[in-house]
Amino acid sequence: MEVVARDLSVRYGRKVVLSGVNLGVREREIFAIIGPANSGKTSFLRVLNRMDELTTGMSYSGQVEIGGRDVRTWRNLYALRRRIGVVFPLPVGLPLSVYDNVALAPRLAGITRRADLDPIVERSLRRAALWDEVKDRLSALGSLLSGGQQQRLTIARALSQEPKLLLLDEFSIAVDPVTTMRIEDVLKELRSELTIILVTNLVQQAQRLAQRTAFFLTGECVEIGDTEPMFSGQVEDERTRDYLGGRFG
Amino acid sequence: MFKATQLNHRNRQVESLAKVLLLLVTVVLIVPVVTILGVLLMRGAPLLSIEFLTTAPTNGMTEGGIFPALIGTIWLVAVALLVSVPVGVGAAIYLSEYAPDNWLTRIINLAIINLAGVPSIVHALFGVGAFVLFLGFGTSILAASLTLAVMTLPVVIVSTREALQAVPQAFREACWNMGATRWQTIRSVVLPNSISGILTGVILEVSRTAGETAPIMFTGAAFFLPFLPESVYDQTMAMSLHLFVISTQVPGVPEALPYAVALVLIGMVLVMNAASIAVRTYLRGKKKW
Repeated sequence: MEVVARDLSVRYGRKVVLSGVNLGVREREIFAIIGPANSGKTSFLRVLNRMDELTTGMSYSGQVEIGGRDVRTWRNLYALRRRIGVVFPLPVGLPLSVYDNVALAPRLAGITRRADLDPIVERSLRRAALWDEVKDRLSALGSLLSGGQQQRLTIARALSQEPKLLLLDEFSIAVDPVTTMRIEDVLKELRSELTIILVTNLVQQAQRLAQRTAFFLTGECVEIGDTEPMFSGQVEDERTRDYLGGRFG
Repeated sequence: MFKATQLNHRNRQVESLAKVLLLLVTVVLIVPVVTILGVLLMRGAPLLSIEFLTTAPTNGMTEGGIFPALIGTIWLVAVALLVSVPVGVGAAIYLSEYAPDNWLTRIINLAIINLAGVPSIVHALFGVGAFVLFLGFGTSILAASLTLAVMTLPVVIVSTREALQAVPQAFREACWNMGATRWQTIRSVVLPNSISGILTGVILEVSRTAGETAPIMFTGAAFFLPFLPESVYDQTMAMSLHLFVISTQVPGVPEALPYAVALVLIGMVLVMNAASIAVRTYLRGKKKW
């Protein structure tokens, strides 16, 4: 699903955290957003699945289109969110069994029979590279798994929604390097099926995974470009070169 | 370099002194509890028996048992719970999960705090005006239980709200981002993980309700009734009122009788509190995150 943002500004109350963002994410690409803290990267993600509706004081102006359709025209925002998978910085295992964690989204969508849920749960856990570790303890509490497992559980939950768009917000900061690598492999495989927007403050991660990268700085989208050329110095804006060179961050 | 200095020495002395003083103060608070229980046991235990709990008072309430009062208290508490738990838990869910931070919410919170501070005698008069007279229930279990429910509503609301807010916000965000509605989130994740806190609040409410006298005195409890209540529209006897009556209103009561009644009443409260602690300890042991 493509994503298009036109002249997007986001504010919390009177505080403007993002302004004048114009960008497009193509279908089936991994698109990275890099930048220092408080650049508005997370706020951008939150507008995509209309979490501004559930956040006090948050509002946006401008246009956001997902799959060609303006997100403001969706009357049933819950249906919109069901089509978008989200992974947060802190791993969240819900205090339900592993099975119920992954079956939650399908159940909310109306699928209730075990016979229908079993294959969805297994497929999602396999795609998230977690199946082998939990297949014998699907009734274990999701919130008591290790951090790396919980993060993969979050991905399994997101995948159970059969999303066309996957948003990851700094998914690796609370996760060990081995799990990070495994999740990066998962993302590389998923790329052929869905669009992935990856917010990260690990510049090398963007280089490893993303076809195109956007650089956000203090509420502004400074530059967007193909990842390889950008990282080898072919940038349009000095600030991008400085950030990639580690001169600030 | 690590030799003890004058300052170190003095710090340690002050530390010991503080610890002893604070310990003494804590021990002091056990004294009234032990004394009350001790005196009640000594003076009242001789009268306790199965018969005492299962027969009615006789001979102008100077002899016999407390059965109708016991049944009455159970009626009152049960009906009060039936009203206050759904209303209280529902209100707490709204306030914790739905209410935006606006003037209406602030007024509601203020109202709850104030309701908690209203003296029980004022609750009693409110009960008479609202339930006995205005709504026309007459002096009945219904009126008395509603009065008790109104009085203990803040307890249920506050403890439920605390239990709900102990559930990490991250869980809710995870559910919302998956497309769950607030109610679906509450039903699947928040409420099941708040049950222990809610239960604690309910049990505490029960122990408070069982002991109140003023709110039931004018609204539905009677000094003496020769029959058991059959519906919520009947009047009833009650343990707390019965204790008051035989202590002050009835002549010729043997000395041990009030102590025995008080012992049963406190016994009920202690059992409730123990149950609450047991529930909490059990559920806290089942650490879920």
